Amino acid sequence: MYSYLLPEFLVERRGDRCIKCRVCERQCPNGVHRYDVELDMMFSQERECVGCQRCAVFCPTGALCVQPHPASYRPNASWTREKMQDLKKQAETGGVILTGSGNDKPYRIYWDHLVLNASQVTNPSIDPLREPMELRTFLGRKPDNLQVEIKGDRVDITSELHPNVLVETPILFSAMSYGAISYQAFLSLAMAAKKYGTLFNTGEGGLPREMRKEFGANAVVQCASGRFGVDPEYLNCAAVIEIKIGQGAKPGIGGHLPGEKVSANIALTRMIPEGTDALSPAPQHDIYSIEDLSMLIYALKEATNYEKPVSVKIAAVHNVAAIASGMVRAGADIIAIDGLRGGTGAAPKIIRDNVGIPIELALAAVDQRLREEGIRHKCSIIAAGGIRCSADVVKAIALGADAVYIGSAALVAMGCTLCQKCYTGKCAWGICTQDPYLSRRLNPEIASERLYNLLKGWSNEIKEMLGGMGINAIESLRGNRDHLRGVGLEEWELNVLGVKGAGE
Amino acid sequence: MAVKCARRGLRDMFLGDVRPLAQIRSHLQLNGWEAEIDARGLVHKELNDLIREAALGGARKIVLYNVSGQRYIGTRLFLPQKVEIHVHSVPGNDLGAFLAGHRIIVHGNAQDGVGNTMDDGEIIVHGRAGDIVAMSMRGGKIFIRDSVGYRAAIHMKEYTGKVPVLVIGGTAQDFFGEYMAGGIVIMLGLNLKPGERHHAHYIGTGMHGGVIYLRGEVAPYQLGKEVGILEPNEEDQKVLEKYVGEFAAHFGLEAGEILKDRFIKLLPVSKRPYGRIYAY
Repeated sequence: MYSYLLPEFLVERRGDRCIKCRVCERQCPNGVHRYDVELDMMFSQERECVGCQRCAVFCPTGALCVQPHPASYRPNASWTREKMQDLKKQAETGGVILTGSGNDKPYRIYWDHLVLNASQVTNPSIDPLREPMELRTFLGRKPDNLQVEIKGDRVDITSELHPNVLVETPILFSAMSYGAISYQAFLSLAMAAKKYGTLFNTGEGGLPREMRKEFGANAVVQCASGRFGVDPEYLNCAAVIEIKIGQGAKPGIGGHLPGEKVSANIALTRMIPEGTDALSPAPQHDIYSIEDLSMLIYALKEATNYEKPVSVKIAAVHNVAAIASGMVRAGADIIAIDGLRGGTGAAPKIIRDNVGIPIELALAAVDQRLREEGIRHKCSIIAAGGIRCSADVVKAIALGADAVYIGSAALVAMGCTLCQKCYTGKCAWGICTQDPYLSRRLNPEIASERLYNLLKGWSNEIKEMLGGMGINAIESLRGNRDHLRGVGLEEWELNVLGVKGAGE
Repeated sequence: MAVKCARRGLRDMFLGDVRPLAQIRSHLQLNGWEAEIDARGLVHKELNDLIREAALGGARKIVLYNVSGQRYIGTRLFLPQKVEIHVHSVPGNDLGAFLAGHRIIVHGNAQDGVGNTMDDGEIIVHGRAGDIVAMSMRGGKIFIRDSVGYRAAIHMKEYTGKVPVLVIGGTAQDFFGEYMAGGIVIMLGLNLKPGERHHAHYIGTGMHGGVIYLRGEVAPYQLGKEVGILEPNEEDQKVLEKYVGEFAAHFGLEAGEILKDRFIKLLPVSKRPYGRIYAY
């Protein structure tokens, strides 16, 4: 069938700069660039271009410019170019339209409507360069009260403590499985997490055996509906075990890692036969209620001798506060909430763009509800889904999070340009692909350094912001909504967020 | 807006009133290689504390008496030494979940989640079992003498020669073998009356790996659309002889009697049942 689709990107090549070195041709996994030997000319097949900018970055003479294609239909606020293109694509294939990365629709980003406080005159700000500033965070259940015994100079805690995990900064890498991302990208996340003293999350694709000893102590291992790669050693080598109920990009639905991506090593890590679809069912079939969730939480605690905190990750949906309360009552030590803008390697576009609620509202609602019920200390909260910079982290913590997960931000640090073509397995940046030719572009030594730098830069920025507020420990900011004010928000939004408007 | 709740409303579902080991140790009798535990009045964590204590104390055979619904028996034993656990009366849900190579023999019925995500070992149930038997099981063997509940063998999987085996003497409820990605499942229908069909519908729906052998009648409409019916070949016959033989030995039955009846073999028609529903 002849395709009626318009090209998405325009590839312009400046003839006066192009030296026909063919770098673009080698770098593009989509076959956009082609050199014709007889004519000694470079040609572009821009219909195939996904706009990942790999060629433009690697062009040694800066001869390439890739930009969204200006050709469009008659402007129409309702029937946008994207809507019409999707219609044509479905008319041609009859398929469910897939996409990658997070929701790109213009839902209100509340981070951009919240501003932070700073100390002026009435209280001193702190200079983090010269004064101690604490970002250390303990994740896990805290005791109801702390009983101590004082013997001379010694102070011993006599209350029974629950397992907690220490992270040096309240920034964790979000769940991205080996299979969704390349081995190199997966390893880079693990290396950076270890070096900085934080955690990475294996996603539901297992943890390769050779990585368990070295990186287990920095791993959050997931136990998801597919139970891929879950064996007793996997659970016992980890820092935290996370039950994945849902994901912000695709609440309520399962996942399919297509068979062609299930290579020998991925099959081994996921513990499934090579070449079969890795199907993650939509529900966990042993969890149909809070009581069942409790059963799995304690099954995992039993399997690890009650030595590790168990996290439960859900997508932010309408009744998130009530659900979170149930999760804490079910025994979750950590609850991770993934908002509307959370990323994915593959999701039906219609789900990604329409299901779930923004993390800011969900987080505020959950924190508020747990406080009202007097059970906030029984869990740590990790916020995820659209954390783009250190200010988002600070605002999330002020809204009640203990820490945040970053996924897309970490990928962008490694080279990702959010072209949203993760599901094709042809990532030019070597991140979201299992093609060895592409994945070896990502050097874990260098990529982990980029990630480490990101954590370092953000952490320093967080210290600056805390210092400005006159706070010297991240713990004092947690749920401290007095340090937030809303700008350009409706009253109901301010109410849900639990913050005052600016000037109030 | 604000929801008001009782401030001290949280009751720990599992850990409330758990007694320390010292207070419950009298339930455990450890005699060298053998241990006995009286499970009466113990909550699940207490029982599992004692089982672990027994295993660490050198017991290789642990006999549990008066078990009544305590969960996760055998789960907290990620240990190099392997033990054999005998369960008298009724174990609770998630019997042998994440089981790390131990042997569990239940002298009675079992509840839901037998062998949930089991890694290795053997579970033998002298009775029936509830729902999701062998869910996500990836190794080892489970033998159930009578029937099982819904969604048995769901998402079983295999890799590199590690093939889980489930043998059910009776019949199963719906969604039997759903999403199966590997493993061998044998259902014998021994308790079906003449002319009675197996109870399950949607057998093997979404199945994309592994094999199911059925003895006893099923109508085509009882099968999921992702499976095809084949006659067992010689290789299959060997598989059946091996595992039906083991089954019969566990429960004192005559394997030859069972094997002489007709079996059918269900295989997935595709390793990629949902590959074609997407637009790229």
